[in-house]
Amino acid sequence: MSAIELRNENKKFLSGDEAVAEGVKLCRPDVIAAYPITPQTVIVEKLSEFVASKEMDCQYLHVESEHSAMAASMGASMMGSRTFTATSSQGLLYMCEMLHYVSGSRFPIVMVNANRTVAAPWNIFGDHRDSLSQRDSGWMQVYVENGQEALDMVIQSYKIAENQSVSTPIMINLDGFVLTHTYELVSIPEQNQVDEFLPPYSTTNKFDFENPKSLCFTASPEWQTEFRYQQYEAMENAKKVIQEVDKEFSQVFGRTYGGMVEEYHCSDADYILVAMGSVAGTAKIVVDKLRKQGKKVGLVKLRFYRPFPKEYFKKLGKKAKAVGVIDRDISFGYEGAVYSDVKAALFSQGADVKTINFIAGISGRDITKEFLAEMYSQLEAIGNGDKVEEIQFTGLRWK
Amino acid sequence: MVSVKNLPDKELFYGHKACQGCGAAIVARLAMKILGERTCVALPASCISSVTTIYPQMSFFVNNMTSSFPATGAVLSGMAAAVKAQGLKEVNVLGLAGDGGTIDIGIQALSGAIERGDDFLYICYDNEAYMNTGIQRSGLTPYGAWTTTTPTNNNDIGEKKFKKNLFEILIAHRIPYAATANVAYPNDLLKKLEKAKGIRGPKVLHILAPCPTGWGYKTEETIEIGRLAVQTGLWYLAEYENNEVTLNYRPKDFKPVKEYLAKQKRFRHLKDADFQVIEEHRDEEWKILERHLRKDEE
Repeated sequence: MSAIELRNENKKFLSGDEAVAEGVKLCRPDVIAAYPITPQTVIVEKLSEFVASKEMDCQYLHVESEHSAMAASMGASMMGSRTFTATSSQGLLYMCEMLHYVSGSRFPIVMVNANRTVAAPWNIFGDHRDSLSQRDSGWMQVYVENGQEALDMVIQSYKIAENQSVSTPIMINLDGFVLTHTYELVSIPEQNQVDEFLPPYSTTNKFDFENPKSLCFTASPEWQTEFRYQQYEAMENAKKVIQEVDKEFSQVFGRTYGGMVEEYHCSDADYILVAMGSVAGTAKIVVDKLRKQGKKVGLVKLRFYRPFPKEYFKKLGKKAKAVGVIDRDISFGYEGAVYSDVKAALFSQGADVKTINFIAGISGRDITKEFLAEMYSQLEAIGNGDKVEEIQFTGLRWK
Repeated sequence: MVSVKNLPDKELFYGHKACQGCGAAIVARLAMKILGERTCVALPASCISSVTTIYPQMSFFVNNMTSSFPATGAVLSGMAAAVKAQGLKEVNVLGLAGDGGTIDIGIQALSGAIERGDDFLYICYDNEAYMNTGIQRSGLTPYGAWTTTTPTNNNDIGEKKFKKNLFEILIAHRIPYAATANVAYPNDLLKKLEKAKGIRGPKVLHILAPCPTGWGYKTEETIEIGRLAVQTGLWYLAEYENNEVTLNYRPKDFKPVKEYLAKQKRFRHLKDADFQVIEEHRDEEWKILERHLRKDEE
């Protein structure tokens, strides 16, 4: 896209939730089934307005729970309709059973999850404990950094999920409040360009009146392994499709996100932080500052948690001196869930790299630039052979 | 008018593994005869799903799926919304669920779907317990019934609560069409299926489906048992539409409930005093029903 065209783009000042709704509108879903929950509500409010004003031609189901939101989405998807829903936190947990039904039956539903902690202690603010607890639900999970990426990933997600070699649902994760309720200037793609990039949903995995089908059926022990293998294979296929879709997207819309991961000053970095979601934006500022001081630091923005970029981290383990992983989550009895996965991949080829897990940004607590700078200095310390605690609760009062 | 004599020959439900004498299988077969090939069926975990849709077998010869236990109503909503969105014509969206899947775990999704006014038919085949999992009580298990979770002994009569009244719950929703039926009255059942097929919006049929395995009677007695339920007044055949209830059959006098109950092993521990409690409750239920009836029937 030329510079002149870029100047002519349609930009709006939007919150993350509003950006998501704009993205959904552009994708022309046939059916939306949703139940409100903070901080996702603005998405479903906006979509309701679009449907009411006929800006969207779509069946909007006001369901009575998140479990039903996902069940209704599944019912619509098996009829061959493109569907959308959004949730958060307790709502995600409430629909947990249905997440497995949808992924096991291979319906490419797109859902936005406004990341929020889970009770108890109850609150409405953000961390990744909701989505990470659904790691094994068979859904793809992508984490975005800002409103623009949220909008763009709605469009990309339909293309990835509906690819016949993938045919797997996807959860777009958007940090609660920090992204959902924060306004920024967002570029809105042209409808005709989106229509060309994302044709109407077409699948063989739907009911057929000429040749009736049983979908979402029972399978005995004799066949379960084969169906699970197909799900495994689909996620492996997705790794390639994710890269291809991002490339194609950049050619049409002029923005690229790097697919599975985005690297920031990693090529020569000794000390690397791995982070998901909005904190990546702050971390980039800290990297810039430390680079000016001559520190060889970098950031890996982990975009896709499932499928997981194992191959990427295998290579990173050979290059870096120390890698820190920020988890807005902890798996009690072990460590941060993201850390476990990153560490396993880093070391899978016997790399000599030091690692630290930073448990930070729990339940909406800010991860400040000062905290991030401290994380880099901890990485430098462990890289220089100092003894450093492996699991660190950033900003902890009681110690 | 549809009757057992002029049903289509085409079978859309066969090759299943239901028990001999299964009342629920009769419901499924007759429903498919009326609804026909352009039907999409959603089944929650239930007897019917577990005897029909085990890969690679398929005993429904129409599009079908097995849903999660609580979700039938919501899945039907999603299907109906897709039918609308895609402008599909003459498609029947059918939910076929058991008593537990309807009155216990499925009641929320069903209530939501009825409230939304989506276009579907929901059939609850009522065999009065969780039969598929091995006879555990549900909210529709009758008073005095033995189940594996309401065991009986000298001091204990088993289930101590009366059946929840699904028909009344449906009436409270002001649903376009609701009816009770019974596999032992097939012409009445077929008429109701056909009527439901012609009405747009949510429709629910609550059908008594005797279960030889769970109730403890001979497999060839399903129809006789079903009839006795109506003749003793423990089941009524009624319809609700346009804010009115119609009684489809009124027994001249109720037979003693003992004639129905004593034929089933699940009630064999009951004594005369228990039969009396059940008859008193039956009479109360009929009084409530009579209050709903149209004036000209009183």
